[in-house]
Amino acid sequence: MNKAYFEILRPGINSTLQDEGRAHQYHIGVSFSGAMDKRNYLISNCLVGNKSNAASLEFAYQGPLLKLKFGNATAAITGNVTFNIIRNNSNIEKGICYQTFYLNSEDQIDIISTDKSVYGYLSVKESFVGEYFWGSCSVNTRAKIGSNQGEKYSINDKLYLNQNENEFSSKKVEYLNSRIEFIRVLKGTNYNYFSEKAKKFFFNSEFTVSKLTDRMGMRLEGPILENIVDTNIRSEGLIKGVIQVPPDGNPIIMLSDHGSIGGYPKIGVVISADYDKFVQLTPGSKIKFKSIQLSEAETLFKIYNMETENIITQIK
Amino acid sequence: MIKNIINLGDSAIYCDFGSEVNREINSQVINYFKNLQENKISGITNITPSYNKLIISFDLTQINYEKLKEKILKIKLENYDKESKNIIKVPVCVDEEFSLDLSRLSENLKISIDKILNSFFNKKYFCYMTGFVAGMPFLGDINKDIRFKRLETPRIKVPKGSIGITEQFCNIYTFESPGGWNIIGNTPIKVFDKFNNSRPTKINPGDTVEFYKISKSEYLNWNE
Repeated sequence: MNKAYFEILRPGINSTLQDEGRAHQYHIGVSFSGAMDKRNYLISNCLVGNKSNAASLEFAYQGPLLKLKFGNATAAITGNVTFNIIRNNSNIEKGICYQTFYLNSEDQIDIISTDKSVYGYLSVKESFVGEYFWGSCSVNTRAKIGSNQGEKYSINDKLYLNQNENEFSSKKVEYLNSRIEFIRVLKGTNYNYFSEKAKKFFFNSEFTVSKLTDRMGMRLEGPILENIVDTNIRSEGLIKGVIQVPPDGNPIIMLSDHGSIGGYPKIGVVISADYDKFVQLTPGSKIKFKSIQLSEAETLFKIYNMETENIITQIK
Repeated sequence: MIKNIINLGDSAIYCDFGSEVNREINSQVINYFKNLQENKISGITNITPSYNKLIISFDLTQINYEKLKEKILKIKLENYDKESKNIIKVPVCVDEEFSLDLSRLSENLKISIDKILNSFFNKKYFCYMTGFVAGMPFLGDINKDIRFKRLETPRIKVPKGSIGITEQFCNIYTFESPGGWNIIGNTPIKVFDKFNNSRPTKINPGDTVEFYKISKSEYLNWNE
């Protein structure tokens, strides 16, 4: 019997299989990877009844055009996504996020765009077939690790489903993605490398998300942050959210596929509670940083997780 | 040992072992790293050793900075330093096709290409850390006569297998990637192998690396 799969008729800009990420490999230079917006990734999986750490298709800006072959599937899409379901009889249905839909063999999903945001997620009941390395199937294009030989999807690739057929279960949840206004940060380990003027600029000026932004990092443009000590440090470990300032004075925020070590001074670190929302900022977005204390950051993270759990319990 | 411990954001601990780069400090970092690996404290998601720092990332849903810091400071340190260390021999071809920066280095350092290569090959190197991209070893120290700064404008693509030098260090590009080190040759061996589950990285912190020259035909017919 043929196994069910999505044929990729158009790959989209950056479509990769992602789960919760790959831990314990920084010391050999393999970054964490995983879904960029954990909350939306989680909601899409909970809608179709998947257990934790299931594989989802993450897409960015323009998503893929997928045709289901040899099976039926319950699926869900989350994010601010415009998409259509093109039925085998050529009927076109407008897709609705945050609710499950059913696909028959030969039906297509046309994921048109992630509106005013970057990432969206497609999950199917019983998940996709992933290729696992160190407990995760997340694609890491730098190390060529994970599903699809560690590469983003290309035209004519096949994305296999774990289950050929399942009964439709109708589920939905109300959720509205809010836009982040202030990115909250803790001061970084090299905060005092920067001039008083630079520190003031950092917390009072507006920065623009530049086009040089991907799963590895987000480059910002704004007032130049002057370093008065040393523009290079001895390379040392990095984590997601670290804001490095290279010699040109424009900050770069490390994202899920960042290099495991880096040698630029760290002015700050984005708090965990703000990860999901700030990665959704599109190039051209204006943002401001706000300084908070460690204890506040920990409380905000607890609140954020409680909100996520609350959304999931409201799936009906 | 650790001179200072602070938080790096809300989900990592930053352990500072000093500001110098030398084998002694680096060995302390590696020993601490091995102790943490052995202790398997729950909540830790990554431990990243570098020249003189150790960064411990954790899952904030499981533990927080203060609690983990307390646990880390309570660890009874074992000495893993006496463990046998690997010596890895790495073949390098310095044919013009691969030694992209050799003639430029020779001009800038005002010494002959032969002298640069002699200085480079007649030394054993210590692996301080692995990272940036998967499996890339940071080795040192190269002799003072061949030390030179990075390229002013980094290359967009450095070929996989390239041997690069800058300042007191040398490395091996395990993937084609951007980079600004001075490239003096290329190795045909696989330094990172994702299918080797127990030892995906050929060169690990604490290991010794010996480079040796091979001809172009040996390079082209290399069989691991």
